[in-house]
Amino acid sequence: MQTFDLASEGLRKLNQTLHAQNANTNQTEWNIVNPKGSHAIAVGLDAPISVTVNGSTGYYCAGMNQQADVHIKGSAGPGVAENMISGSVIVDGDASQYAGATGHGGLLVIKGNASSRCGISMKGIDIVVGGNVGHMSAFMAQSGNLVVCGDAGDALGDSLYEARLFVRGKVKSLGADCIEKEMRPEHLKILADLLERAGIDSKPEEFRRYGSARQLYNFHVDNAAAY
Amino acid sequence: MVRPGSFTISTSTTQRLIEVTEMKDEKTQFVSRTVPQQSWTFSNPINAEIRRAADTGIYDIRGGGAKRRVPHFDDLLFLGASISRYPLEGYREKCDTRVTLGTRFAKHPIELDIPITIAGMSFGALSGPTKEALGRGASAAGTSTTTGDGGMTPEERVHSNKLVYQVLPSRYGMNPVDLRRADAIEVVIGQGAKPGGGGMLLGQKISDRVAEMRNLPKGIDQRSACRHPDWTGPDDLEIKILELREITNWEKPIYVKIGGTRPYFDTTLAVKAGADVVVLDGMQGGTAATQDVFIEHVGLPILACIRPAVQALQDMGMHREVQLIVSGGIRTGADVAKAIALGADAVSIGTAAMVALGDNDPKWEKEYQKLGTTSGAYDDWHEGQDPAGITTQNPELEKRMNPVEGGRRLKNYLKVLTLEAQTIARACGKSHLHNLEPEDLCALTMEAAAMARVPLAGTEWYPGKAGF
Repeated sequence: MQTFDLASEGLRKLNQTLHAQNANTNQTEWNIVNPKGSHAIAVGLDAPISVTVNGSTGYYCAGMNQQADVHIKGSAGPGVAENMISGSVIVDGDASQYAGATGHGGLLVIKGNASSRCGISMKGIDIVVGGNVGHMSAFMAQSGNLVVCGDAGDALGDSLYEARLFVRGKVKSLGADCIEKEMRPEHLKILADLLERAGIDSKPEEFRRYGSARQLYNFHVDNAAAY
Repeated sequence: MVRPGSFTISTSTTQRLIEVTEMKDEKTQFVSRTVPQQSWTFSNPINAEIRRAADTGIYDIRGGGAKRRVPHFDDLLFLGASISRYPLEGYREKCDTRVTLGTRFAKHPIELDIPITIAGMSFGALSGPTKEALGRGASAAGTSTTTGDGGMTPEERVHSNKLVYQVLPSRYGMNPVDLRRADAIEVVIGQGAKPGGGGMLLGQKISDRVAEMRNLPKGIDQRSACRHPDWTGPDDLEIKILELREITNWEKPIYVKIGGTRPYFDTTLAVKAGADVVVLDGMQGGTAATQDVFIEHVGLPILACIRPAVQALQDMGMHREVQLIVSGGIRTGADVAKAIALGADAVSIGTAAMVALGDNDPKWEKEYQKLGTTSGAYDDWHEGQDPAGITTQNPELEKRMNPVEGGRRLKNYLKVLTLEAQTIARACGKSHLHNLEPEDLCALTMEAAAMARVPLAGTEWYPGKAGF
């Protein structure tokens, strides 16, 4: 286990050190102390390493992550795991806006609540939120899965494409072109796998599935009021 | 003398109508009539658009930039040297054209032979061979090209010595591998053709490859977001730029591209957020597709943008430390020289590069007519039927764009732009294009004088100048 004191060593050295790790590194376990809400912690990682952040983070922690497993033992600021490609990011606390924005792959687990626009423009990432998500979550979500174990705020899935949304609690309102869909066995299987990987003990049968009605995929004047 | 039975049609609203008469009864009776008069407000083109809107129920979508006449570089002249100024020998004395972009923070600034770059244009909007041609031409001329909404294609990376990677609101194709393969990063806030709007790529052009790169179903109308998904204001932008720098180890210059709207404040905020380079695009700058009403009615001409942006840089002590690239209607070496004289470090071309490659070439006139248009006016780029094979994803049409020949043509054009700009600079006594200055210019119109803040020709005055 390598320990890195962010307060004394600085952000640039941290990221450079983590970027220097490759597939053959022996230094596979990293412990970051004194994050103190700093921005851009552990961004752009591209190696099969485990990084634990002992405390809360600022903007864009684990942004554009590839391969690495990042565990935030605290809450995360805006844009945690934005544009993640692969690997995993676990947030023990809550996450601010845009969690998992535009992510292409990997798994983001938020054990607490996520704020607005969780999963905005997601492009293949899987996101599991233990609590609630705020308004406009999964806005223009393209692909991947968003699992919400609590409630969802206004305009869930507005203008979404092919992403799957699973919500166990209440949905305050659905966004344009987002509808509730039948939960078929293959969806229950996907959901069960996501919950298991996230370490969240919930029953897939308690969730509802939402997705795109695909009515806005091609512009038609009769749908103008939806925009 | 107007003969009875004929009409003379007035073409000017200020011209008094000519009354003509029609012989109703050959012997005795004349009836006075007015000539048919077209409305200036409800002109034939306007009425045609009203009818089109009524037929279809949808706004007009097209590519390109503003077609309306706006004050432009044509309204400025260089004064040249004579007794009070000393010219350089036109063919022998050196006039440098090199420019370095990204000197503020980046470990590896971009060094270009000429201050003319190729603007961001997406694969999807343009064909793969066209992107390759842009890379080939730019590289041969010693300059950079830029990706677009849709990510980086292998062909443009391979053929571009210097490639700028755009970070757009849609984040289509965005990934850290390409980010690190780029020579610079451009965070796109807006563009001159549609400041405040997102991109648009309609279903006809969402081929399998385009759909895969953008993680979208094939054939849908793709409408990009107008705001970035993970930041909302200038303070956030500063942190976003920090993240991009950290991911790329502070190696790459980071540009911030803005559409011409409030250039003083937007330039100030971009610099405050940490930009190495500000890219400023006027309303004549093209787009692949958006609403015509957006193109023609939102944003400023580039002529009105440059001086406020330069003023912002000067007020912060950042002029030349943060470089300014301007675009939107650059066509000639004179335009290049004028933009630089007003304070830009470089210019960027998009539409002109496409024309150099063959866009709107009269040799395709018959095909343009089949599409209901004519060469020079073709702008339905979103439909993907471009006879020149440039703005299309149709495999057969794409073949018309030979990337090697296209690259040669673009290189030639860039060379001519450079030679022309050098010609002017030498005539003004400048050994580097960057030595051109507003003092070398005068304006032909009051509007241009006010926008460019250079004197009206033959005077020492421009509107707004203190002391007058």
